[in-house]
Formats: sequence, structure tokens, C-alpha cells
Amino acid sequence: MTSLIGSVRDRLGGSGRESSSLTVLAGFAVAAILLFAVAPAVLSDFRLNLLAKFLCFAIVAVGIGLAWGRGGMLTLGQGVFFGLGAYIMAMHMQLADAARMKQDVPGFMQIAGIRELPTLWQPFASAPVTIIAILVLPGLVAAVLGYGVFKRRVKGAYFAILSQALAAAMAILLTGQQMLGGFTGLSDFRAFFGFKLSDPANRQMLFFIAAGTLLVVVAIARQLMHSRYGELLVAVRDQEERVRFLGYDPANVKILAYVVAAFFAGIAGALFTPIVGIISPADIGIVPSIAFLIGVAIGGRTTLLGPVLGAIGVAWAQTSLSEQFPSGWTYLQGILFIVVVGFIPAGLAGIWPMAKGFVQTRLSTPTGPDAPAAAAAGKPAPAAGNGAARADADTTGGDAADPAKNESDDTTPDEEQKVESR
Amino acid sequence: MTAPTQQPRIGGNAGMDSEYLEIRGLSVTFDGFKAVSEVDLTVLQGDLRFLIGPNGAGKTTLIDAITGLVPATGSAQKSGAELLGKKVHQIARLGVGRTFQTASVFEELSVLQNLDIAAGAGRSFLTMLRRRKSVLPAIEEALETTGLADLRDRPAGVLAHGQKQWLEIGMLLVQNASVLLLDEPVAGMSAEEREETGNLLRRIGAERVVVVVEHDMEFMRQFATSVTVLAGGKVLSEGTVEQVQADPKVQEVYLGTAAAIGTELETETDAATTAATDAAADTAASDGAPVLEKEA
Repeated sequence: MTSLIGSVRDRLGGSGRESSSLTVLAGFAVAAILLFAVAPAVLSDFRLNLLAKFLCFAIVAVGIGLAWGRGGMLTLGQGVFFGLGAYIMAMHMQLADAARMKQDVPGFMQIAGIRELPTLWQPFASAPVTIIAILVLPGLVAAVLGYGVFKRRVKGAYFAILSQALAAAMAILLTGQQMLGGFTGLSDFRAFFGFKLSDPANRQMLFFIAAGTLLVVVAIARQLMHSRYGELLVAVRDQEERVRFLGYDPANVKILAYVVAAFFAGIAGALFTPIVGIISPADIGIVPSIAFLIGVAIGGRTTLLGPVLGAIGVAWAQTSLSEQFPSGWTYLQGILFIVVVGFIPAGLAGIWPMAKGFVQTRLSTPTGPDAPAAAAAGKPAPAAGNGAARADADTTGGDAADPAKNESDDTTPDEEQKVESR
Repeated sequence: MTAPTQQPRIGGNAGMDSEYLEIRGLSVTFDGFKAVSEVDLTVLQGDLRFLIGPNGAGKTTLIDAITGLVPATGSAQKSGAELLGKKVHQIARLGVGRTFQTASVFEELSVLQNLDIAAGAGRSFLTMLRRRKSVLPAIEEALETTGLADLRDRPAGVLAHGQKQWLEIGMLLVQNASVLLLDEPVAGMSAEEREETGNLLRRIGAERVVVVVEHDMEFMRQFATSVTVLAGGKVLSEGTVEQVQADPKVQEVYLGTAAAIGTELETETDAATTAATDAAADTAASDGAPVLEKEA
């Protein structure tokens, strides 16, 4: 168990320490054991299905962590891509059910009086086309959107509002589409690629698929974050204009992260449909799109595992609390969001480094091992120079003899500033 | 450590295939206001050119125009390649690098990561998706040149102000920029840091075109090989430090501000001399740069 805590802590620590490949493997192994052995053993079928749903949210969260936490793009509209994946899967499952019952159109269309299969539906009768569409379409839409948005240098709040408006537009559009179930959406699926959904073994298999997908998605995100691209993405987040002067087009850097986030959201949506058994405009509009974000914010958006744990934790809390206090959850969710954004901007994952920093500030001695290496560099020691020229008025002057303290004093306001400016 | 073969000198140390920056009739207009007007400027490799002028003279705007940040008319060529009309990142890829008045390094990334990003604009997509395994020789060299080798794993955000500016310059070096446009690199630096920066510019200036926008006259006198004075968006005077200082037009423009600058420098250099007499003396001697008298 300690190894789990250790590896989780390592990765919650974010960019700070690079954990060795052994601990990473151990971390994945522990996660796999938890998901594939422990969870099915201790949870009832009902709870396991709930957890599967939460894992879908966690998959979306990993993408948001990449785009928002690392890339600075406040994606308030992941419901668009989630919905794309979910509806494509739903259409295929409806058509497969209809085909099994030797009907031309799905049951809900017959009730609505639609006798002929709409053109939009036709490609999704084929399973391979469906899978390819789920894997390609959300990313493709994101690439087109991202190209239009980021090349025009739309960013910050404008991007957030735009993405949210898209989610709203998509929900409204779907509500008006009778052939996609309208307001009630698509439901009553009987089988998932031929496997009956009424069979508990198949439902457990769905959970395993979601769990496996989550692990793969986390591995992809990890590789991206630690790659040169991941470093560049952070650079674009913090100093977009500067990156331009280094010869990069920041738009391309952002588009990739946005596309990957959309790709993850699309897959999550496609898994959500068979797991939950219904997809409707209410699952992809503004409110669910923001709900995706809350878990990420609470867990710690710049970290790899923060969004995953945050999303699962928030979804779990929502379910268990609304069972007991049906109306209470909304308030708690709001309070939680305010507390995290206001007081722990780095999310729950930020508590550990924050506490560590606090302890170090208290315990540091003048001869601390990590005194600024400036003196060692043979350069004029910055603290000993004329401090007035530098703008660090926050160092409580005359601390040159206490470099360790000086340094930690310097860092803290810096970090706060940065988090605010995002 | 690269020992420069030549020191920067007036008129540049141009060989046959050396780099140059050639600006002809460059104008920048903001809503009818001509911030830069018909500027001609030629800087050859190895000529450490200082661009001075009163506030609002158009110095930074000129750099903005060359680097594609603001639209301009006329022509700006780097070794024959036209820069105007290209996008910022395309100009950067042609080997024109710049720094900003406020150091804008990537604070959350380490010194090494900063340099690695600066070196990587030409990387392929697959290289980008892999981890950084080793340190490029060019980056090692830049770490040495800028004196940041021991700080390589520190987040750039904790560097002192001067070190951030050095990191910026180091990023230009690994970016493989052959035209370096530095916007007030020593603003806010301590006397020692100015000294270090000046020496750094001399070290790297021999093999590159370096243009320094600067307000600090003392720094200019100490390290410039040639000077262009801008005023009201036009080139007022150009030549060696002595020539420019002797130019009555320049004196006229600086009249009023010169006294203020003089007193400011007086106090600063007094403080500096006590702190860094040795360093200053060393540099003055080794560089052979004449320590000029301040204008009254």
C-alpha cells in the first residue's frame, strides 16, 4: 500500500520529480489490480456499473487535464466530443438491435412514424465504421475547430465562452432532432456488439473495457506530458508569444492537445452509452460539460492523476450524497469548487507540495542544502547585489544571509500569481 | 567554451559569407501616427550595434517590425531574405531572435527545458513526442557561455533577474539566431550583472549580428562598437560612440535628459565602483574599450 501512496504522490507531484520507470510500472500494476481484481470483488453489480460510469468521466478528465491544466485551454465544452462519441455508439446499438429483430428502423422511430432510415444513420449500421468514426470524428471536429480558433489567436475567456456555446448549441441541436430521439435521447439498448447487456457478465466486461481504456488513456497522457511536446505545451500555456519568437506556431501546439482531449472525450462518450444505457442532450450540454471540469479542478488540473481521482471522487460523492440529500449535492459541489479555486488553486494534488513547502519554510536553516546555486555559478550572487534594482520587494530585506528562506519567500507569490493569471 | 576568434568591431568583421541585417525605408504607422519613418539601417556580423534614443523614438517598434510583431512597409532583409510580411514564427526560423524588456522565460520549466524548447523549432513531430534523453552539445555550450551551467535543473522562475536575461540570450544562441535583437537587456540589473552581460554580448557578438536597444548610456559607452541614434522615428545619427556623442543633433535631442541620466549614472557608478572595481578594471583593460567621459 505504501508503494501505491508513494507512486500516486510522485505523480501528483507533477512535473517536479520524474519517477523511475519501475515505480511507474508499479503504479500501473497497482491501479490494474485495484480495477480488475479488487473492484469486481468488493462492489455489487450495481456499484460496479456506477464505477464504470465514473471511469468514463475520468477518461474525459484526463483530456481536460492535458488541454486545460497543461495547455491552459479552459475547455468548457467537452460535452460536444463526449456527445459525438456517445451518439455514434447509440445509433449503432439501435441499428444493431433493429437488425436483430429484422426491422428496418429502430423501435423509437417506428413509434414516431419514421419508416425510412435517415441518411445520417446509415453508415453506423456497420460496426467497423462506427468504431472508426468514434476514434476519428471527435478529434477531426476538434482539429477543424481548433484550427479556426487558435490560428486566429482566440484564447482565455473568449475560448472558454466559445467552447461552452458549442456545447449548448450541440445540446439544442440534438433536442430538435426527432430522428436522434430529441429531448429524451436514445435508450433501451439490448446489446453491445452482439453481447446482451442484460447479462451481468457482459456488464462486468464493459467495466473492464472502461478500466482498460482509462489505463491506456493515462499512459498516453503521461507520455505526452513528459515528452518534449509536453514541455512545449507548458511553455505555450505560460508564454504563448515568447514561443512564437522561438520559431514555433503555438496554434499547432494547442490544436494537438485539444484534439487529444476531444479524442479521449469521444471514447468516453462511446463507453458511457452502453454502460449507462441512455444518452440524451441533458448528458452533453453546458451543465455536464462544467461537471467534467469540476473534478479536474478539484483533483489538480496540472497533474496526471489529479484529474482522474478528482473526477471519480466528485462523481462518487455526487451519487452517494444525492442518494441521501437529493438537493444537497448541488450546494456542496458549488462550495467545493469555490474552496478549491479560491484556496487550493492547484487542486487536492496541490496540498501535498503546499504542505511540503510550508514545512520546508519552517525548518529551513541558513545552511540549507539547496541554497541558490548562483554563488556556486561564479556569478555575482543575486541576493548580495543591489536588491533594490530587482523587483523582489517581497523579500523582507537583509535576508541575503539566509538564502534558503529568501528563495522560498520568492517562490510562493510567484506561484500564486501564475495560477491566477491562468 | 567558444573563444571568439575576433572581437566585435566597427563596421563588422564581415567575411564573404557573413550575416547582415539590412533595413531600407522601413516605416510603421499606428492610426496615422508614424512611429517609425523611413529608417535605413545596416548592421554587419560582428558589429555590436547599439540603438539609442529618447523615449518614443521608435526603437522597440523598429524591433517589433523586424520580428513581425507589427506590420511595416519598406524592407528588412536578413542576409538577403526579406523579413517583412512573414509571420513571427517564420521570421524566427530564418534566424532572427529577440528578447524583451521584461524577461519572458518559461518560469515553471527548468533552465535546461527552456533551452531545449528554444533549440527545437525544427524538430519533427515524432521527435517532439519523445522524451528529452540527452543534452544537445549546442545547449551545453550555451549553458557555459551564459554561465548558467550549474543552474540547469532549476526552474527558470527562481532565477535572479539578470540570470533570466542571460537565459533569454542563451535561448537565442541555441535557437541558432544569427541576428539578435535585444531590447534593454540590462534594464534593472545590478552593476555586476551589467558587466557580465556586456562581456557576454562581446563574446557572442563576434559571430552574429547584434543590435541592442538600450537606455543606459554608460553601458552603451562601455560595450558598443557602433551606435545608431533614433529620434521621432527617424535615424538621427550613426557612427562610433565618439562620433555620435560629438554630434550636435544628438546633444540637442538629449539636452535636458542628459543631465538627469548623468546624475543617475553618477550615483550608480559610484556604488558600482566600490563593489566591482576589480571586475570593471579587468574588463576595461582586456577589452581595450576606452572608458569615456560622460557628457555634461
